[in-house]
Amino acid sequence: MMGFGVLLYKELIEQFRTKRLVSVAAVFVFFGILAPVTDRYMKELIDAIGSRSGGFTIEVPPYSLQGAMGQIIKNLSEFGIICALLLTMGAVAWEKERGTAGMILTKPASRAAFLAAKLVAISVSLGVAVVLGCGLGYVYTLLLYPTIFPLGGYIAMAAILWWTMVVFVAIVLFASTVFRSAVAAAGFGFVAFLVLGLVVAFPIVGPWSPLGLLGPAQDLALGHDAGDFLWPLAFNVAAVPALFAATWLAFRRQEL
Amino acid sequence: MNPAEIALILIPIVILQYGLALYGLYDLFAEDRRVRGDNKIVWALVIFFVTGFGPLIYLFVGRDESRGVEGAPVASAPSGAITGILASWPALPNTDAPAIATNGLSKRYARGVVALDNLTLSVPSGSIFGFLGPNGAGKTTTLRLLAGLATATAGSASVAGISSGATDGRLARNIGYLDQDPRFYGWMKGRELLELVGRLHGLSGSELRQRVGEVLEIVGLTEAAHRPIGGYSGGMRQRLGIGQALLNRPQVLFLDEPVSSLDPEGRRDVLEIVSRLRGIATVFMSTHILNDVERVCDRVAILNVGHLVVEGPIDELLDSYAQPIYELEPEPQQPDAVERLAVVMRGQPWAGDVQTTPDMVRVFVRDPKVAGPAILPLVVSSGVAIARYERARPSLEDVFLRLVAESSVAVAPNVVVPPWGLDGRGRR
Repeated sequence: MMGFGVLLYKELIEQFRTKRLVSVAAVFVFFGILAPVTDRYMKELIDAIGSRSGGFTIEVPPYSLQGAMGQIIKNLSEFGIICALLLTMGAVAWEKERGTAGMILTKPASRAAFLAAKLVAISVSLGVAVVLGCGLGYVYTLLLYPTIFPLGGYIAMAAILWWTMVVFVAIVLFASTVFRSAVAAAGFGFVAFLVLGLVVAFPIVGPWSPLGLLGPAQDLALGHDAGDFLWPLAFNVAAVPALFAATWLAFRRQEL
Repeated sequence: MNPAEIALILIPIVILQYGLALYGLYDLFAEDRRVRGDNKIVWALVIFFVTGFGPLIYLFVGRDESRGVEGAPVASAPSGAITGILASWPALPNTDAPAIATNGLSKRYARGVVALDNLTLSVPSGSIFGFLGPNGAGKTTTLRLLAGLATATAGSASVAGISSGATDGRLARNIGYLDQDPRFYGWMKGRELLELVGRLHGLSGSELRQRVGEVLEIVGLTEAAHRPIGGYSGGMRQRLGIGQALLNRPQVLFLDEPVSSLDPEGRRDVLEIVSRLRGIATVFMSTHILNDVERVCDRVAILNVGHLVVEGPIDELLDSYAQPIYELEPEPQQPDAVERLAVVMRGQPWAGDVQTTPDMVRVFVRDPKVAGPAILPLVVSSGVAIARYERARPSLEDVFLRLVAESSVAVAPNVVVPPWGLDGRGRR
């Protein structure tokens, strides 16, 4: 891929200079910390509010390590995917609109390299954010829950969480290439998010959705048996290069 | 819950939630910040009231990094420096092969929109070629096809001996391309953009630094090279655009309306750069400003509604297509005699249109070699006293307007171009 290294360097610098990396990292740190704290203190907070407001009660399950892990995965996956949509929606559409894509692609740089640099750079940003968010989530969980849980399983959970976001980056990158508008690309990504979220509820196809991997990820973090999830995982790993190939086919002969 | 636990919960939340919002507002109201929709108040509300995600939506979506500030001063390019640097660049190889050759090049869009129809053109190596035409004529489409940004629906083209459809980098290494409204990455500094382009061309180390320095000097941006492009004016972006197009010392330079957004000083500087590239690169330049074309171009082609109307050296076109005009300014108070003279003129076989006003007779002639010696004897025999008599020099504008008007009638039935024109990508 001609020019990939130069373009990747440019994309990574752009993630840093435009404060995108810092912003995404801040969101992940925020929700990484908030998740175990929320689970640990939610019952006490609700009970305190309930006793002061005249006696109504809300049943909140007692805190548990499983609850904390569930909160971490739920928070980071939902907000992480929204970050992925926001980061990727204009990646190609805005460059075409501004003419910067034309400026770059009249240089010795292939269209595949142009797309791949964006996919990798956004994935790296999300990866850094996942490391920070999950890392602080791990520290806070250890502080709040004096229970031993496997670090290897937690790292595997973080890796699956990250890859789920990368799948959405690939989906929105495809949409950003096909549609002229970044808003349309974000809309496409959001619909994909809803549809793939609904698919999880179905018994046969559910595990194959990228969001269907989050259940096994939680089991891995808790040291439980995650069941047979390797084929769905392999399917979602393969989905990213497949989506990238579709994006490249759409972009290959596109007018700029 | 003890105070330490409350602090553990609240401090990170408060810092992150409000820290990001405050940073977003600080960035939003920075002096040279441009935002989508040009409404900072709306973005401030988004930052503050869209819980959690407001600052992110602003930072990812709201900031417009591609537009510069308006009205910033444009630096002047020192002409001595341009001459010195360009003299050290290698001259084009002496060859008879055309720098650009097209054969039946066509571009049709959906619903029958024809942007370019059967363009066959040959641009000599080392020339400065003006590509003229009214809006929607297909100029930008042609440049995009030649630069490899669009694909022809029929015909072929080669640039510097390389097929314009080549995707292996050979075409890109030999051309420079400037868009008509160049936008760059606003977060980058001018020097960084040129370094990025240089690296894509395979330059590195001292060679890259030297080349970037030379180009900055040529386009007069040395002083501004360390400023973010987001703060550049339109004229500075245009200069930077020329710089990035020149960085690889291209054999063929494509410039789409290179002076359209420049003030007179900027226009002069850019035209000076272009004129000094003669023999160093082949320049293929589209423009509306016909005076500029006459100043710097060797040859021109006129395009209208996707069709090539005429192509050739400017002098030949003026000789062939400009209808010579003789102007006679009669002494005052002889309207009847002037009218009689006009009637006589109209009866001559060499005369075309004869226009009379109270103080001027304009005679459009078909053959100046015959008309020149014949006019004065007719004036003398008519008894009209004249204060001034001269052959007016026809301009390229006369030729352009005449040929475009004539060709519009001839080609319009075969070509479907929407009245609002095309934007170069076939879009309405």
